[in-house]
Amino acid sequence: MAGAKEIRTKIASIKSTQKITSAMEMVAASKMRKAQDRMAASRPYSEKMLQVISHLARATPEYRHSFMAAERERKRVGYIVVSSDRGLCGGLNSNLFRRLVGDIKEQRAAGAEAAFCTIGSKALGFFKRFGGNVLAQVSHLGDKPHIEDLIGPVKVMLDAFEAKEIDAIYVAGNEFVNTMTQRPVIRQLVPIVGEEQSEMPYHWDYIYEPDARTVLDALLTRYIESLVYQAVVENGACEQAARMVAMKSASDNAGNLIDELQLVYNKARQAAITQEISEIVSGAAAV
Amino acid sequence: MAMTIHVDIVSAEGAIHSGLATMVYATAELGEVGIAPRHTAFISRLKPGDVRVENEQGDQEHFYVSGGMLEVQPHLVTVLADTAIRARDLDEAAALDAKRRAEDALAGQTAEFEYAKAQAELAEAIAQLRAIEKLRKMKGG
Repeated sequence: MAGAKEIRTKIASIKSTQKITSAMEMVAASKMRKAQDRMAASRPYSEKMLQVISHLARATPEYRHSFMAAERERKRVGYIVVSSDRGLCGGLNSNLFRRLVGDIKEQRAAGAEAAFCTIGSKALGFFKRFGGNVLAQVSHLGDKPHIEDLIGPVKVMLDAFEAKEIDAIYVAGNEFVNTMTQRPVIRQLVPIVGEEQSEMPYHWDYIYEPDARTVLDALLTRYIESLVYQAVVENGACEQAARMVAMKSASDNAGNLIDELQLVYNKARQAAITQEISEIVSGAAAV
Repeated sequence: MAMTIHVDIVSAEGAIHSGLATMVYATAELGEVGIAPRHTAFISRLKPGDVRVENEQGDQEHFYVSGGMLEVQPHLVTVLADTAIRARDLDEAAALDAKRRAEDALAGQTAEFEYAKAQAELAEAIAQLRAIEKLRKMKGG
């Protein structure tokens, strides 16, 4: 029977692979928890900021920042694509890119070209392979992304928007639904949407230092940065969750494979023994 | 009981402090400000410096912020702290850096995005995932 020894080494190698994947699963699980905390911690900042921004927008209606202006005709749209730096996380990145490709196609059908800003090396790799106008990129943010690293790329996009080189900015990333489910989403960043124009119940206004415009400008940039940061942190949590699930199923599959190989190995061993006995018996009979 | 005002210090990366105070001092754009409870609504940029929060026991807590925004309402002070040092030319440098990295990484690439190729590869990846899913189900069932 073909090499009981061969099967044994195969089993040993699958076992060591299984050890690695189950270790990766546990690492991803603990990292996911931390990433989720980070996700929750970043929310109060942008919520508070949105409150102040919508108040300012209502208090000074004569000044409209270009980020809050009405939609203009779209000739070119910008995407900030948030991806992971590493693979081995199931279909996380490819699902996102597939959603993105569909969206780009729609935009093109509507007459708008696309420009990109990539965060994470997987997105960069994707556009490297398929071309695309990448204006800025940042990768290797690590497990603890910092907002400092995002200021540059976001500024490139915002500057392009102000220079009217692009007419809208979207952020594409994965949304953390739960550990098992991550959904790719594309949200519009600029012009800022979803801000209701209700009347103030009674009029009050801030004392500004130095003046309303400066304050509003500073706030808007930070607000957009914080939204991008949130997308990055959320995508980080998604990455760990997806990796955890992928590694768990890899460990399970390795377990199944080992069971099957063990069976084959036992059969081969049995066959070898049977053959040996029958050889001895027929040898004895011949004497 | 002394009058108090609620203070929240938050940054984009997390909440830093939350609690009641009798007085808050911060370095605003045009000089240091002291905020007492029932202060009128006020908003300002912050310069890099100290934010001091005095609580009911008279103890002072110090927080360093590298800039940000200060928002005051009669019962609430919010410090939106920056985690990075911000300045126009620093931001500019970061932007240039991000651009340069993109150019370096994509040197010799066409700017035209190739849908057909991208879609084909994605379809393949998804098909692979689906096949794995099926195999797993078959084994399980």
